[in-house]
Amino acid sequence: MIRASGLAKRYGDKRVLQGVDFELPRGGFFVVTGPNGSGKTTLLRLCAGLAAPTAGELVVDADRAAIGFVGHEPLVYMELTALENLDLYGRLYAIAERRERIGMLLERFGLWDARGELVSTFSRGMAQRLALCRSLLHDPELLILDEPYSALDEAGADLLDRELAELRTTATCLVATHDPLRLAALASGSLTLA
Amino acid sequence: MRRYFHDAAVLARKDVLLELRGRETLPAMVLFVVAGLVVFHFAVPSADSEAAGAGLLWVVILFTALLALVRAFVAEREQRLMDGLLLAPCDRSAIWLGKSLAVLAFLALTELVALPAFALFFGGLGWGTVAGVCLANIGIVSVGTLLAAMASVTRSRELLLPLLFLPLAIPIVVGGVGASVSDDPGRYLGFLALYDVVFAIISWASFEYVVSE
Repeated sequence: MIRASGLAKRYGDKRVLQGVDFELPRGGFFVVTGPNGSGKTTLLRLCAGLAAPTAGELVVDADRAAIGFVGHEPLVYMELTALENLDLYGRLYAIAERRERIGMLLERFGLWDARGELVSTFSRGMAQRLALCRSLLHDPELLILDEPYSALDEAGADLLDRELAELRTTATCLVATHDPLRLAALASGSLTLA
Repeated sequence: MRRYFHDAAVLARKDVLLELRGRETLPAMVLFVVAGLVVFHFAVPSADSEAAGAGLLWVVILFTALLALVRAFVAEREQRLMDGLLLAPCDRSAIWLGKSLAVLAFLALTELVALPAFALFFGGLGWGTVAGVCLANIGIVSVGTLLAAMASVTRSRELLLPLLFLPLAIPIVVGGVGASVSDDPGRYLGFLALYDVVFAIISWASFEYVVSE
């Protein structure tokens, strides 16, 4: 589903990513690890189509409507409620039976009771749960997660473990993490950036 | 095509909702435009020409529009929300159109206050001025939204946006003042309409490149 060869990215004079090669087959689960500044986030942004490589080849066999992405920021509007945020994305992704899908995800991620509250009143962990809801709203074929466990408490992390185990059977996943052991049971491959 | 306008409307609605909730931009615009007209009312001797008054109206409108444009991408910049919008499967120019429609709504609402205030302070408001303002709004938000998106990714955005926007707005002032004071406003209104078409097409076509990394 993703094939990268000789992938490189520069921002001005700064070389962020250099000579990355990997192949993630459909249905695979890849864990990306590496120290801070090794280019994990940049690699994930390239795969999500949020940035273009400077050199090399990157083929992602999924269009934008089929990609779910969770980055360092939750990508939700702080002055909208959880429900309004998901409704906005649901409309942009043209999701059929939007309200039912949103309700089901909010229930699953323990946010139903907070659905009418502004995201600015959420804790970082709640915002991360909402980000996960947003990324799963359109039932993506390719899920790209950048440090998805960050800010989640133990209950939230366990919930994400269960979700990922379920998604393992239906979606292709590319996950950057500092805790690869947590995902070892799910991973079909890994990539370590230096 | 229907999908495209639906996405733009969804995005514009979101910006209007954010403004209704935050009430930051629109009240500031209204206060600024009224304060500006009051200042000019006392700064310009009452015996001075109609042309001077018309020129001042256009100065106030441009700077009021700048207030809205500087804040247009605040949420997207501060919370990196542009990524969320770019990930969505809508045409990227729909983001520009949605934002332009929201800024247009704020500007038009501000002018509902500004034009009567202008008539009050400077005496008289011709149909040429009103038509000119309507046409100029389209040009201001088309080019302004594109430049606001460009400036929003830079560190010196508050400085950069006026520096980029004001030179490109000179034709709007020329057309607007001409429509306000000329005996033949049609010629200037045609000029403003041409500006709108040209810059709307340029902005629409180039937005994707502006927001691509």
